[in-house]
Amino acid sequence: MELYHLTIHEVLEKIRKKEVSKQEVLQTTVDRIKDIDYHIGAYLYVNKKFHMNDGELSGISMSIKDNICTKNISTTCASKILKNFIPPYDATVVDKLYENGCILVGKTNMDEFGMGSSTENSSFHITKNPWNLDYVPGGSSGGSAASIASSQAYFSLGSDTGGSIRQPSAFCGLVGLKPTYGLVSRYGLIAYASSLDQIGPITKDVEDCAIVLNHIAGYDRKDSTSFKYRKIDYTKELRKDIKGIKIGIIKEYMNESMDAYVKKSFFDACKKLESLGAIVEEVSIPHVKYSLPTYEIISSSECSSNLSRFDGIRYGVRRSKDLLNDLFTSTRSQGFGEEVKRKILLGTFFLTADSYEEYYERALKVRTLIKKDFDEAFKRFDAMICPTSPTLPFKIGQRKNIIDKYIQDTYTVAANLAGIPAISIPCGCRENLFVGLQIMGKAFDEKTILNISYAFEQIHDYHKKRPNWR
Amino acid sequence: MYQILIGLEIHAELLTNSKIFCSCSTQFGKEANTQCCPVCLGLPGSLPVLNKKVIEFAIQSGIAMNCEITKKSFMDRKNYFYPDLPKAYQISQYEDPLCKDGYIEIEKDKKVKKIGIQRIHIEEDAGKSIHEKDYSLVDYNRCGLPLIEIVTKPHMNSSKEAYLFLENLKSILEYIEVSDCKMEEGSLRCDVNINVVSSDMVKTNIVELKNLNSFKAVAKAIEYEEKRHISLLEKGENTKKETRRWDEHKNMTIPMRSKEYVQDYRYFKDPDLVMIHIDKDWIEGMKKNIPELPKDKKSRFIKDYHLPDYDAKVLTSSRKIADFFEEVVKYFSDFKLVSNFIMTEVYRVLKEKNITIEDIKIKPKDLGELLTFIQKGMISNHIGKKIFKKMCISGETPRNIIENKGLIQISDENSIKEMIQKVINENPQSIEDYKNGKDKALGFLVGQVMKESRGKANPKLVNQYLNKMI
Repeated sequence: MELYHLTIHEVLEKIRKKEVSKQEVLQTTVDRIKDIDYHIGAYLYVNKKFHMNDGELSGISMSIKDNICTKNISTTCASKILKNFIPPYDATVVDKLYENGCILVGKTNMDEFGMGSSTENSSFHITKNPWNLDYVPGGSSGGSAASIASSQAYFSLGSDTGGSIRQPSAFCGLVGLKPTYGLVSRYGLIAYASSLDQIGPITKDVEDCAIVLNHIAGYDRKDSTSFKYRKIDYTKELRKDIKGIKIGIIKEYMNESMDAYVKKSFFDACKKLESLGAIVEEVSIPHVKYSLPTYEIISSSECSSNLSRFDGIRYGVRRSKDLLNDLFTSTRSQGFGEEVKRKILLGTFFLTADSYEEYYERALKVRTLIKKDFDEAFKRFDAMICPTSPTLPFKIGQRKNIIDKYIQDTYTVAANLAGIPAISIPCGCRENLFVGLQIMGKAFDEKTILNISYAFEQIHDYHKKRPNWR
Repeated sequence: MYQILIGLEIHAELLTNSKIFCSCSTQFGKEANTQCCPVCLGLPGSLPVLNKKVIEFAIQSGIAMNCEITKKSFMDRKNYFYPDLPKAYQISQYEDPLCKDGYIEIEKDKKVKKIGIQRIHIEEDAGKSIHEKDYSLVDYNRCGLPLIEIVTKPHMNSSKEAYLFLENLKSILEYIEVSDCKMEEGSLRCDVNINVVSSDMVKTNIVELKNLNSFKAVAKAIEYEEKRHISLLEKGENTKKETRRWDEHKNMTIPMRSKEYVQDYRYFKDPDLVMIHIDKDWIEGMKKNIPELPKDKKSRFIKDYHLPDYDAKVLTSSRKIADFFEEVVKYFSDFKLVSNFIMTEVYRVLKEKNITIEDIKIKPKDLGELLTFIQKGMISNHIGKKIFKKMCISGETPRNIIENKGLIQISDENSIKEMIQKVINENPQSIEDYKNGKDKALGFLVGQVMKESRGKANPKLVNQYLNKMI
């Protein structure tokens, strides 16, 4: 297999054995981007200047979603309004990865400000699914997923507010983890919805996911919502037997409309897990059926406030006008795309004094109920499973209807609302269209879902597949 | 008959070293935009971390103003667009202020009145807009400075009461050293809410007054509004719900903006910050750190130093002055004399030089010594005042000044008599006048002797000897 197709742990092994140099490893990624990215469009910015530190991940190239701040490197959120924004600082996660020797090769495309599930909402260009160029890579971290699926970096950091790491990982046949809220610092992540956002890895296999998580997890005094949790080596218990582990199938999700092949792949996966010794049973999370509207209200409300700072005064693009209010209005109406404006308008409405109680406050209450449901269920189960997306990847331009787009989030938003970790791993593939299996765990119990994922991965070969169009 | 109802909203800047959500310095008067970082500039991706000192200062203020201290508190976002507000929301407290339901006592015509404090909350300050002819600039140094907002109940019924309240509030904040309360530097700001009720219960609409740069301006603006409200009521009209600006030059209030349509700030809990838990031990610890407050100090000064009410009030209006007094009386035990000297001479110097007691170079011990010299008749009162002025500038001891300049009072009989004889010889006409019954002539002669001695002769002895010698 080509050097760029390898996983992090395979490359590190080769570097350790001195079969390849770090320089060669970096060069293979750089060349790969040059050769193929114009077919795919994973990157918004390709880095040219590299600095390599020593460290456990020294020599490993990474791509980073363009809503995570990188010092002196443009960070646009794929929005016109931030077209010329160059942060003067690095996000905490970027800092940590640099310290451990990772090399940033580029910033990846996304749905503007993370709002969307196909990367078609980017203000700059669309990104194609490396497995089939007529299809979307998912979103909003579609550029990140596409960059890994096409081996244009060894791992990527995405962000996940309602499924933005897991769904593109599912669509691109990759492993994507949304960690527990508070496990990974959000400092430097340009906020979409602060109480839901988490940064997480997108990788080729489960072991790589654990390796990256090891390096980004941990308390950060710059993020008040990050959590002081004991340090865990996530690679350590990957290979444990999962015999006797209790996994719940979320009953309420099975009533939702679901693509037939997704359904088949999911129930096959359940059987596979049973064959590995896991106990798979139905579990009820009664309030989970309200998670989509709850998510919509909370995410748009927070977004309307978080995105207010883009007013054209200090940075980004400004449309100059004589009157201050005209400057604000024209900067924002021309700078933001349709979906972002829709969210801002909705959120502004939800937070007004007249609708606050009926919408925002009520959504917070339902969120608490959903959390409680999960807490209750996790007393009896070690993990919950469901498909990552109710559909297979869809064709570019195919889904124009807003509701069609929103249903992409059906299975993913609950983990963000409850603050629990959730991972997507491949569990089916038909004509280069992948299906993802989502495994949710208890708060701060990433090691259990990684353990299950690893065991599942070993009896399949999805993680060994690479797109062969080139 | 009319009753006026006055409520105040006071913003006091807290004396912390760093800003409320970042580690930038709070120093006043630095070059524009040099005391800023990604956090206080609200750059995308940055996150606030609450400064613990700010909570403590607010709670100490609450304790000193007899407030109830909350156990759990949150920070809220107040959303509005303005160039000096870089996040387009101010992090403030809306639903859960740290302190509520307190009071401050004022004393008017020997009667004590409690002025209710509705709430005290913490918030960040905004930047400062500088408007030029055809452009505007913003200085963000002030952005993120910690403030407490103190809101009173409408318990004041005259400009005098408002003035007394502000004086007491200021001295409390200075005593507990949470704010330096410099109105001219903007570290204390006061807005007034005012309306008038007639004896038959007809009310004017509440009007808000802004741009009040001194306590005197507050009093004058209230008096102006009181007349305006009453004259409107007498004409059967009402005030508009509006904010008015005090114009210092025109001595009147001028409409600023209407309050008919209340702006919706879309308050909601800031998801970037976590709940503030305030436990009993923390509060108890802060209580112990509260020094003796002005009211108690005044009573003690009356009791321990036998000072008149007026003296005690003046001396204790500032903690530093009170401390200075108590230091001086360690070295000089005529308390009333010390009080007189501070209230006249010390205050004169402070006013003339526009400085505070801390800027004065004189040591309490030296002032004690100076007063001892005066009391013992070693120097005259007049010379004593001169020496005092010199001490203030140079910090020299009075003994030094007296010795260097030969200023010790001349009480030696022979020297005085010699000088008297000289004056008698030179002024035969005055002697004649005196003998003819013109008492005024004696004063002239005393003056001549004092002049001869360059002010050093003991005036008591001069009088005594002159009478005998004529």
